[in-house]
Amino acid sequence: MNVVEMRGICKSFGLVNANVDVDLDIAKGEILSLLGENGAGKTTLMNVLYGLLEPDAGTIWINGRQERILSPLTATALGISMVHQHFMLVNTLTVAENVVLGYEPRKGAFFDRARAFEEVGRLSEEYGLRVDPHAEVSTLPVGMKQRVEILKALYRKSDILILDEPTAVLTPGEADDLFEVLRQFKQSGKAIILITHKLKETMQAADRITILRQGRVVRTMPRVEADVDQLAEMMVGRRIVFSIGRKEMPKGLPVLMSIRHATLKREGVAKLKDINIDVHGGEILGIAGVDGNGQTELAEVLTGLQRLNEGAIYINGAPVKAPTPAKMLELKVGHIPEDRTTRGVIRNFSVSQNLILGYQRSARFSGRLQLKKRAVDAFAKNTAEKFDIRCGSIDDPLSSLSGGNQQKVVIGRVMSEDPRIVIAAQPTRGVDIGAVEYIHERIVELRDAGKAILLISADLDEVIKLADRISVIYDGRIVSDDEAKNYDERRLGALMTGQADESRREADR
Amino acid sequence: MKDLFTRAWKKSKGFILQSGALFSIAAFVFSLIVSAAIMLLSGFDPLQGYSALLSGAFGSWDNVATTLGTATPLIFAGLSVSIGKRAGFFNIGVEGQLLSGALAAAVAGAYLKGLPAFIHIPLCFAIAWIVGGLIGVLSVKLKQFMKVSELIITVMLNYVITYLVDILVSEFFLNPGYVVRTPDIQASAALAPLVPLSRLNTGIFVALAGTVLLYWIYRRTRFGYEILAVGLNRRAAETGGIAVNTKVSIAMFISGGLAAMGGAVESMGVHGYYIANMVSGYGYDGLTIAIMGGGNPIGCVMASVIFGALRAGSSNMNRTTNIPGEFITILQALVILFVSAPLLIRYFKDKLTRTKSSGSEAA
Amino acid sequence: MDAQMLDNIGSLLASTVNIFIPITFAAIASCFSARTGIINMALDGIMLVSAFFAVYGSYLTGNAWFGLGLGIVAGVAIALFFSVITIKFRCSQALAGLGINMLAKGLTIVLLQAIWNAKGKSAIVEGIDVIRFDAIAGVPILGSIFAQIPPLLIVLVASLALVQVVFFRTVFGLRMHVTGENPVAARSLGIKVERMQYVCMIISGVFASLGGAYLSICDVSIFSRDMVAGRGFIGMAVAIFGANQPVGCILGGLLFGFAQSLQYRLQGGAGIPTQLVQMMPYVLTLVALAFSKKDTSGLTESRL
Repeated sequence: MNVVEMRGICKSFGLVNANVDVDLDIAKGEILSLLGENGAGKTTLMNVLYGLLEPDAGTIWINGRQERILSPLTATALGISMVHQHFMLVNTLTVAENVVLGYEPRKGAFFDRARAFEEVGRLSEEYGLRVDPHAEVSTLPVGMKQRVEILKALYRKSDILILDEPTAVLTPGEADDLFEVLRQFKQSGKAIILITHKLKETMQAADRITILRQGRVVRTMPRVEADVDQLAEMMVGRRIVFSIGRKEMPKGLPVLMSIRHATLKREGVAKLKDINIDVHGGEILGIAGVDGNGQTELAEVLTGLQRLNEGAIYINGAPVKAPTPAKMLELKVGHIPEDRTTRGVIRNFSVSQNLILGYQRSARFSGRLQLKKRAVDAFAKNTAEKFDIRCGSIDDPLSSLSGGNQQKVVIGRVMSEDPRIVIAAQPTRGVDIGAVEYIHERIVELRDAGKAILLISADLDEVIKLADRISVIYDGRIVSDDEAKNYDERRLGALMTGQADESRREADR
Repeated sequence: MKDLFTRAWKKSKGFILQSGALFSIAAFVFSLIVSAAIMLLSGFDPLQGYSALLSGAFGSWDNVATTLGTATPLIFAGLSVSIGKRAGFFNIGVEGQLLSGALAAAVAGAYLKGLPAFIHIPLCFAIAWIVGGLIGVLSVKLKQFMKVSELIITVMLNYVITYLVDILVSEFFLNPGYVVRTPDIQASAALAPLVPLSRLNTGIFVALAGTVLLYWIYRRTRFGYEILAVGLNRRAAETGGIAVNTKVSIAMFISGGLAAMGGAVESMGVHGYYIANMVSGYGYDGLTIAIMGGGNPIGCVMASVIFGALRAGSSNMNRTTNIPGEFITILQALVILFVSAPLLIRYFKDKLTRTKSSGSEAA
Repeated sequence: MDAQMLDNIGSLLASTVNIFIPITFAAIASCFSARTGIINMALDGIMLVSAFFAVYGSYLTGNAWFGLGLGIVAGVAIALFFSVITIKFRCSQALAGLGINMLAKGLTIVLLQAIWNAKGKSAIVEGIDVIRFDAIAGVPILGSIFAQIPPLLIVLVASLALVQVVFFRTVFGLRMHVTGENPVAARSLGIKVERMQYVCMIISGVFASLGGAYLSICDVSIFSRDMVAGRGFIGMAVAIFGANQPVGCILGGLLFGFAQSLQYRLQGGAGIPTQLVQMMPYVLTLVALAFSKKDTSGLTESRL
């Protein structure tokens, strides 16, 4: 009998169908890999199982009984636990205290700390997790912190564990340790669902695999029947669309921007590892990869928002000494930020005020102290017309525009400044279909005019459609670099999921 | 003619609605009503009270002079908080900055001898501005260093400065005699009164100049644009190449300087020296004024006149009725609490618009 | 050592205790709310209101203990008001605190006028008298401190012990800590964050009220305008300096109390300006904040 059965699960957020008629099941003592790219619907499906979301349709059966899971508390009572990507731990407390929170051992109103230490220690021993219950969580490395989350699940006597991208924060060694632990869980009869986009892990740890793509189940199969290429194609596979017209560009175009031996560390973890990239004029270089493999950091470094720990950025061959956003803007590097609301626009500013953001210092828009209001207004009106920005007037607050029009403001702003290089991060995220085409056309227009475009996108469709060259980023490294037309779905899928690495041999992993 | 009228009406309606002045006016009216109720419940006659307030504030030219004279340092305080807030820094330290400006001006005014007025007065202003401005910058640096909200830092700093100023007066700048104060300022540093023997002095022109200055900064300068960007969305401002920390520091230098000017004007125009409690409470008034004024310098002036009127009227109310003048404190407190009510309204408005927009955008 | 000096030391320590009591009550009050992530900026207002109503209650019934009860009720009401504005309607804690403190100041003065027709002080009422132990009155030093014990001191000491236990040994204390440190995690564990904050704010109000009431009916048996004089903020400073723990609060409170009473005795005679002592808690708090690595005070950007 299956320990969990999800039948016909549907869940939508507005116009987006996150899950469409999804079936999933898992038996005792089994590890199921829930495989798919960003936006495939994996996390949504598990949030439904864990009670964080209620499905629009479909049923859930636990141990043969139909259940309505309305909150994480219900889920926990049914024996389901979820280890999230972002840990829910209290740094100033010890491991044991964190583990027992919510189900504390008591002596009346008193917290039986001794028993907590003892029980957590015992659990840790029993499952070979080797976590010191007395340790303060803030002192633990990330791998250990994850184990604390796992201990939480064990303490609550969960038989069904959901792990969301568990190896995203682990070193290869820690990942191996984790799988050893999971194997033990399996042997003691627990059912484990792994949400992942990494093929290697799936092949390493899973018994069965369910592949999701764009909200639907592509296939469910036993691992022994699967092979990596097949999986990659199923995950990622779609027709390659070369439907956008572009100019034939001459060979030997100049390198306008490059980055060499770039390394960036955050909180001790390396987010970018020895990255080397060249962006040529008249070329769109697409950086393909699953979100979270270093793209955000790459964009931040190239636009001066973050400083590299090692390595340097070169513009027209000359190194940029101390990159700041202002300097990069001055050097004619345009930036379309991946997070429009936090970094791209100011909601309470008017359309015209947003259109000059980043460029207010230029002689066009300001004198020594004052802004040239008439020039700004004229520019704003002009740009709004040129880029088909639908708004009442240029003095309207930006928040009154739709997502697509807000993005057009960002695009219009960048393009009107005649940049030499453009870093476009997720340029069509959160944008309605009509505006997407428009934005794509503008990007190709820039390229045709000889600009260098670095396109970072988690939407593979977009990368395939627009890029002249494609580099794949995985785990902070560039694992491949080639002309776009030399790629196919399988190759891309394998690279994006860490299964292949064309930059160096696999041996040193 | 009618067309002109309709256009003017539309424009001012738009101005009022957009600038949030409506909220401030509504909050003030509500506060008046609730205060009246409290008066009634405490056994006082609100009509008597409010008429005493009004006549104390506007009943005679002398009273009007008092009102405007009291409003002068308040304008500075309100402007100070306003520019800080624009850059995203809530400057509760106005009180301390006012005080230090008052002392600095009194000292510069008393101890620098032999200067002609047209040099001495601006010099005193400049010294006061620098002292206040540096305190403002200090607050910013402390916040950046300690990564703690400026609300706690500036409150603590206020107390420290208050006591420091006391020590400076009693140890270094004490005037011989019974009263604890600094020596009289030179005649060359005094601000001439506009109405004889009243609080109203030429300092009010400086305050209005300050208003115009801020208005110009906000509406016309690149700096004004940049600090507003920082205040509204720090990260977007950073992405747009704005040196966020520097801008906030400059804004707070101006903010602290303006507050200090408020104190300076009191030393040079009203008392002629520094004495304890001379500007007590003006800083907190400034906060209320800036909130009521809604980030608009002209709104600050209007609110300052209202508060000047309240203060002038309250001493009259104290004298001529048995209603304690502290009612204006109650009024003020209610305004602050009611002004938080727009935050309430915005809270609900935000909740509604957020649920609408999350549906149409990709998850 | 002659008798005079012993006497001086004795009275020094006695006045230390006198200052220590209300400050430390305020400090505990601050701890309770801060530990759940709310900074109680209305401490001054709560103390002032409870001081007033304690006297008023005693005035009405002639019973000081009734007055104490009324004071606590009034103070808790203010605390609740503050918590509703800040928790439910998410208004700025600083603004709400500022408004409430001002309102308390103005209201109490107005009520002084309304009830006693007085501008500065209320009538003298029945106060809560100290407990006398005449047996040890003659003992040097110890006699000065322990011959007359204010009942609220006993309450304070008992409370400190109780609070220490609650914070560190009970499930409630553990959950309080989580609510303040990581409310998102708390929610995911099924802890009701808002309810915890309301409950702790009420407890905070009780302690603040005790501190305020001490100032009026235990110390001087009258209410005078603005008699709290910023002690709420000093208490908050002591709590921050003491890392929101009872032991820290005791040490901070004693330190401050001692410095204050020393300064009174010396009357600037030793060349130390009184204001240096008075600004000490604020300077120390800034110093403590500068060097604290852990955000135990909950004072970062997002909260206020």
